[in-house]
Amino acid sequence: MKDRQFWTVTAGLALVFIVYWFLGHPIFKTDRIVMFFAVVLMIGTLIYYIRMAERGDQIFLRTIPGLKAIEEAVGRSTEMGKEVLYVPGIMDMDQVETVAGVIILGYVARMTSRYETPLNVPVSRSIVMKAARESCKESYLLEGRPDLFHEDMVHYLTDDQFAYAAGVNGIMNREKPAACLYMGKFYAESLILAETGNSIGAIQIAGTASPAQIPFFVTACDYTLIGEEFFAASAYLSQKPELIGGVKGQDMLKVVIISAIILATIFRFLHELGWVGWNVLDFLTIQ
Amino acid sequence: MSGVEIFGGWVAAFLTLAIFSYLYKDNPFYKIAEHIFVGVSAGYWTSMFFWTQIQPNLFGRLWPKMDPATMNSGFMKIWYGIYNVLGAIFPAVFPDGGIDKGHGMHLIYLIPFILGIMMLLSISSKLSWFARWGIAYTVGMAAGLRAYGFLNSNVIGQIKGSAVQFLGGLPFFNLLGDSIFNSLIIVVGTISGLIYFYFSKEHTGALGKIGRLGIYFLMISFGASFGFAVMGRISLLIGRFIDLIDYSKASYHHATIWILVLMVALLGYSAFKDRQKPTAPEAEV
Repeated sequence: MKDRQFWTVTAGLALVFIVYWFLGHPIFKTDRIVMFFAVVLMIGTLIYYIRMAERGDQIFLRTIPGLKAIEEAVGRSTEMGKEVLYVPGIMDMDQVETVAGVIILGYVARMTSRYETPLNVPVSRSIVMKAARESCKESYLLEGRPDLFHEDMVHYLTDDQFAYAAGVNGIMNREKPAACLYMGKFYAESLILAETGNSIGAIQIAGTASPAQIPFFVTACDYTLIGEEFFAASAYLSQKPELIGGVKGQDMLKVVIISAIILATIFRFLHELGWVGWNVLDFLTIQ
Repeated sequence: MSGVEIFGGWVAAFLTLAIFSYLYKDNPFYKIAEHIFVGVSAGYWTSMFFWTQIQPNLFGRLWPKMDPATMNSGFMKIWYGIYNVLGAIFPAVFPDGGIDKGHGMHLIYLIPFILGIMMLLSISSKLSWFARWGIAYTVGMAAGLRAYGFLNSNVIGQIKGSAVQFLGGLPFFNLLGDSIFNSLIIVVGTISGLIYFYFSKEHTGALGKIGRLGIYFLMISFGASFGFAVMGRISLLIGRFIDLIDYSKASYHHATIWILVLMVALLGYSAFKDRQKPTAPEAEV
């Protein structure tokens, strides 16, 4: 009960909702009440832990092996005097993986500016190009090296999936980067990129939440950030309280989901036995 | 078969074999195919986006086909006056009488229109900050729009799907269909997988063991997914081979065979010449 303001507002909103409910709850779709409570619970939990992080409370995040490797990869590129190739996926900024990829790009750009290592970011979407440029520019400014930043380090290739893959392959073969980082949303081009990176002997780190592409990255890359590790990585690296609080909030939601699965199984069993009339499956069916 | 079709077959065979030549090493044939592919697709997608999205869906809603009944108001006269000026400059984009794509007038589309212009302002170093509005809108809109869908399918749907059915005539074990055992596997896999992705506690003791079980489940599913995807890729490869076989027929003047022979000869000659070149001395470290 540390956050008195949060609990006061929550209690106030709950009271308003109870009054609204007993007044006949006009325009409220009662068959979607599960979804309503799920959204409220999700938002409430995330806001609570983000506020906790913003207050400065210590939030522990376990280390993710792939993260340490990013620094090693940039260091290796620096030692070899070669560039770092960063691929932020093939989708637009409306995909959460792309957003996470651009956040991690900011962290990588800070390292490359610190070590004066060339950075190459080919992109396949115009909005991603703009966002990635902003992210890199900010990183180079923060490190006090705006002189090293040039807009061409983030450059557009094409929107087409396999043409983009062919273009990135060409860059890999000709520029021979020492480190290839694939962080974003990928589809069938993932193995083409990772295999080419492997063939040129680059250290490769991938991060994606695309379930069908993770196997290819696991096979061909040195480190892979699997699914939510990738999102946690962006929080861990940025050290922004809103992201770290978000990871903690999601962890709490996982506990809620695990409890809900166990409870749903128990209630289903009791319903099948005829001991409970309430059917949990009907309750969980969103109209 | 027309000359154009035969020419198309030769181009397709050349580009396919040029891309395959990458299996040998990076070479001029691959570079030609790569640059054509990247350049053509960039131009193609730009044109496609404009003529399938911006012109019909954006301009088509801002300036739909003129309706004589509504053209008397002052606003409409000014609005279509702007359109006529644009039409005088770009008649193909803004044809006479409005854009007839079956849409009504929706001035709410001025918001994406303005956001789009803001994105274009990034060419000016002083006004480039305007582009952030477009990015912010895209990210915020997508986050809100997808939250509901993910919550429905990936959270509530998963909880519902994981609730094990113990009674109701389901067999305890069935290799190919629903069974209590399979349902239990799904529950254990889901819970241990969720615990593996629990970040705010060190994975030691019981938590570490359950997390370890979770990663085993994930790896098994990745293995299955890998095999499935490879099978799909093999079918794509077979598709390309079928096309190459077609282009090797007499109707295409044996395009595949001629191009293959020429490529192998040129790459072989290039490799022979490279071998004769003196190698650069190793730099001393």
